Order: sequence, then C-alpha cells, then structure tokens
Amino acid sequence: MALFGADVLGYLGDMELMNVTNLACARGGVAVLEGVGFSLAAGQVLLLRGPNGIGKTTLLRTLAGLQPALEGDVQVAPDAITYGAHADGLKSTLTVTENLEFWAQVYGVTDIAPALQAFNLEELADRAAHNLSAGQKRRLGLARLLVTGRKIWALDEPTVSLDVASVALFADAVRSHCAAGGAALIATHIDLGLEADVLDLTGNKAGPRNLAGFDEAFE
Amino acid sequence: MIAVLIRDMRLAMRAGGGFGLGLAFFLIVVVLVPFGVGPQTALLGKIAPGILWVGALLACLLSLDRIFALDFEDGSLDLLATAPVPLEGVVAMKALAHWLTTGLPLTIAAPFLGVLLNMPQAGYGWLVVTLAVGTPALSFIGTFGAALTVGLKRGGLLLSLLVLPLYVPTLIFGAEALRLGAEGFDNVTPLLMLAGITAGVIALLPFVAAATIRINLR
Repeated sequence: MALFGADVLGYLGDMELMNVTNLACARGGVAVLEGVGFSLAAGQVLLLRGPNGIGKTTLLRTLAGLQPALEGDVQVAPDAITYGAHADGLKSTLTVTENLEFWAQVYGVTDIAPALQAFNLEELADRAAHNLSAGQKRRLGLARLLVTGRKIWALDEPTVSLDVASVALFADAVRSHCAAGGAALIATHIDLGLEADVLDLTGNKAGPRNLAGFDEAFE
Repeated sequence: MIAVLIRDMRLAMRAGGGFGLGLAFFLIVVVLVPFGVGPQTALLGKIAPGILWVGALLACLLSLDRIFALDFEDGSLDLLATAPVPLEGVVAMKALAHWLTTGLPLTIAAPFLGVLLNMPQAGYGWLVVTLAVGTPALSFIGTFGAALTVGLKRGGLLLSLLVLPLYVPTLIFGAEALRLGAEGFDNVTPLLMLAGITAGVIALLPFVAAATIRINLR
C-alpha cells in the first residue's frame, strides 16, 4: 500500500514498472535531493550511488511511500514495491521460521521454503533470531523479500555484514527475481557482480530552498 | 491482520515479552494497600472499588510504551506500514493484543484480589463486569498514546503524562459503577457511560493512531 503521492497514471510502458520524474525529497525538514528522474523496467537492476548523506535512503523511503515527496511524480502500480531498510525488522525471540511466516502471512504467501533455501537458512530454521550472527540476521531480512511477492525491491545497503558467499547468494536471488519479471533498486557501495545500470545521485543534491516551517508534518 | 495479532501474542508470551508484568504490578498494589491502611476492614471495604480500579489502570499503563517502541527500533514498523495490511488494522490488532495480555488477565485475577481488600460480596460480579467493559478502553487509549510518542527516546514519561488525563473518564465511571454495584445501588448509568467510552475509542482511535504513526515515520 502506497501511503503518499504514488499516483497511478497511464503513462507506464509495457515493460516499465516505475517511472520517476523530477522528484525532490526532504529529510528532517531539509531538501536533500531534487530533479531525480529515472525509469525502471522489468528485469532491470538500478544501483543508486552517491556519497554518504546524499539522500539514498530518503529517496528509497519516499518511493516506498513512507514519506511524501516535495515535488515530482512517481508512477508505479499500487502494491508494487517492497522496501528493505537498514534494520531487518526481525523479532529476536521468534525463530527464523516464525519471523518469515509472519511476513509471508502479511503478504498472503503460503510457502516460505523457497525463501529459506535461497538464503541458505534451512539449517537455522528453528533458531531464535537473537542467536543468529549479524550476517545470518541480514540473510533472514533479505529472505523476507522473497515472501512478499512484490515486483520492485527497493533495498537500502542490503549487503551490510554479509560475507562473500552470502553476497553471491543475494546476487543470485536478485538475478532470478529479475528473470521472473521483477526489478530492483539498490543503494549500495560495493560491487555486487550484477548486470546493472547505475544512477549517480551526486548531481541531484538539492540547493537551499524554503520549506514550510514548524507545521510541515501536519500539512 | 490476524497474523499481527498472533505475532504480538506470541512475542508477549516469550521471555522478556512483558506478559505478567501488569498482573504482578496489580498484585503488588492490592497486597500492599491493606498494610498501608491498617486493620480497618470497614474502611478497606469502602475504598476497595477505587483501589482495584486505580491498580488496574496503572498496571495497564506500565506496558504501554512497548506497543510500538520495539517495532520501531527493529524496523518492523516501517515494514508494516508498507505492507498490504491497513495500518489502522495493525493498530487495532496491537491494541487487542495488549488487552488480551494485560486487561483480560487483570479482569480474571481481580475477584481473588478483592478478597484481600474486604470487598462487599455484591461487588465481585460487578468487579469483573466493569473491568471487562472498561479495560479495552484503557488499551485502545494507551495505543493511541504509544503511537504519539513512537520514535521518541525515553518517551515513556511523556506517554504517561499524555495518557493519564485521557484515562480519567474511564476511571471515574468504572470505579463509580463498581462502587454503586457493590453497595447494592442501581449502577446502570455509569456502566452505560463506561461502555460508551469503550465503544467510542475502539471505533475512533485506531484511525487517529494510524495517522499519527504515518506522521511519526516520516
């Protein structure tokens, strides 16, 4: 469910999943990005690059519908995006299976076995999440993407604390997701070994602008 | 949405989940009051309805800040807000889970603790009835308060200050219905007022709380 601003307009082409034009977004009442435009086709991986603080996370949160855009258009089908944040959203007292089953039920998916298999979590299935290592937690967080059944993965630094083998697992998951007609939007600093287009946000840094003041949150 | 309820119930039951915290607090309050008041059974019987209601209310308050704070910290709240379930439904389910793990056990345990306070015999039935009708309102109002303070570090104090005044009508009508019932008077009016408050907050506050969370997540 898109919470803000993601209008469904008839401009999306056959293969296009998302089209963004002239998007500006703000964080903490300060405009960080402006003039962002790109389109995402089925099967495409788009890597977001740019220095720390440029607004990669803000862009992803805006696209996911967690915050409204300052200006610009996002054309995307409703319920197309799933957002993978820095935090994995795991409950430490639940087991790997219980964590994954919860999200599967929320998204109306019944089978979690492919997700466990894709991220090599089968042996850990009955472990409580607080007994997992940081990398294993991350893998579980990424396995959640597979039970959402959403077309577009908007991922924020998905490979943090993953080892080389797990990064390869992740790249495989993205590849098969794209082969099945999905697409991914990934903010990352490392080389994932994927066939991908790059969107460098360095040139989109927002200039100073006057934003609404104190009441901004209530408009 | 049922999945959210089941998850929250499961989390509450697991170690460190906070199930029983409210109940233990309620028990402590009710056990300590007779020691504080001294051996005056007539006086105890008179103040029992008020003490039981205040105790139940404070016990509810104790676990409120966990409702959203934990989900906010581990990122689940972001993911729930972008999931294909309405946030209003998530909020309502979380409030229901809070009631099932706090209000319901309090309601069931209260008659046994009423004995310690020398409650008049006519009051036991009314004690269960008023708590069963009134504690859902405490959970739903509290969920709204938790939504307001989600994302604030150490929001617990602010949460208590915000929620306590909103609890006052429930407390007044709940304790009054119980007192009148225990003394054998007609208590239909305060009981209806109590039920009205509960029905009203269950209908309205999930929408308000969901809107508040959306603003807080920005």
